Amino acid sequence: MQEPPWRNGEALKASLHKTTSMFLGILPVITGVILLTGLLIELLPADAIAEWFGHNNFLDALTGAVAGSISAGHPVSSYLLGGELLAKGVSLVAVTAFLVSWVTVGSIQLPAEGVMLGWRFALLRNLLCFLSSILVAVLTVATLGLAG
Amino acid sequence: MERKGAKEKGFAGLFFMLGVMALYVVVFFLNEQLGRDALDHAGNLLSRLAPVLALVFVLIFLTNLLIRPAWVRTHVGQHSGLKGWAVALVGGMLSVGPVYPWYALLGELKDKGMRPALVAVFLYSRAIKLPLLPLMIHYFGLAYTLLLIAYLLLFSLLNGMAMKRLEST
Repeated sequence: MQEPPWRNGEALKASLHKTTSMFLGILPVITGVILLTGLLIELLPADAIAEWFGHNNFLDALTGAVAGSISAGHPVSSYLLGGELLAKGVSLVAVTAFLVSWVTVGSIQLPAEGVMLGWRFALLRNLLCFLSSILVAVLTVATLGLAG
Repeated sequence: MERKGAKEKGFAGLFFMLGVMALYVVVFFLNEQLGRDALDHAGNLLSRLAPVLALVFVLIFLTNLLIRPAWVRTHVGQHSGLKGWAVALVGGMLSVGPVYPWYALLGELKDKGMRPALVAVFLYSRAIKLPLLPLMIHYFGLAYTLLLIAYLLLFSLLNGMAMKRLEST
């Protein structure tokens, strides 16, 4: 009977070697994304984003999706900022587009996604997610309105 | 679409990192305080990311050790059927931390036969952050949160289907 891989020293060594070299390969990408995210958080503070809204529902939804797509950080930050935007009178559709694109579109992470999953896949997926964020926002708020 | 060779990927990543570092040099030159604050944020991010990176390293190690391409093809491959969609959907919802460490695992599984459509489903369903649901309900209400989750689930699948079509063209 064949030895299970976790009891096979050679298999363990080969797997560890493959994983380590793969990780060393992606480390520069991850470092680059982390540095870029740090810079973006400094350049695009929450207050600056809040000033982009206030036109009409459609433009605000588009703005929300764009703002969420280029923002970076923990999703909790998007809830806090979304709550602030609502309090400032920004429409729920715009805030929803913002929340959804924050977690689905990764423009800052795009180089990492492109390198690891293929550029065509990464670009198509992010474009679809961007469009979906507006659709999800419109549908969620419309359904909420229907439900009363 | 074929993935680039490991060496080519390594170079692309290196060039990207050097490009970002060059950007920092420019920022430090123009506004030193801004550069320092950005580096602080990056340091905080890295400390939050470290446990997730360790988890993903272990998962990739186990994937390399235990999972054979045949297994991947059965569960999330071309003929995995509904089970594949369910595995990707639930897997995305349960995955934790920032997304970029997960690209590495998904790239590995894609190499072993995972369908690109299911990779898209996994990445989209990550939008549903189960541990953060109470916070979302607190900010936006229960009805809104439940509706948003339902639409995110639906659009995870729709995005996967759209990717399937787009990838085959």
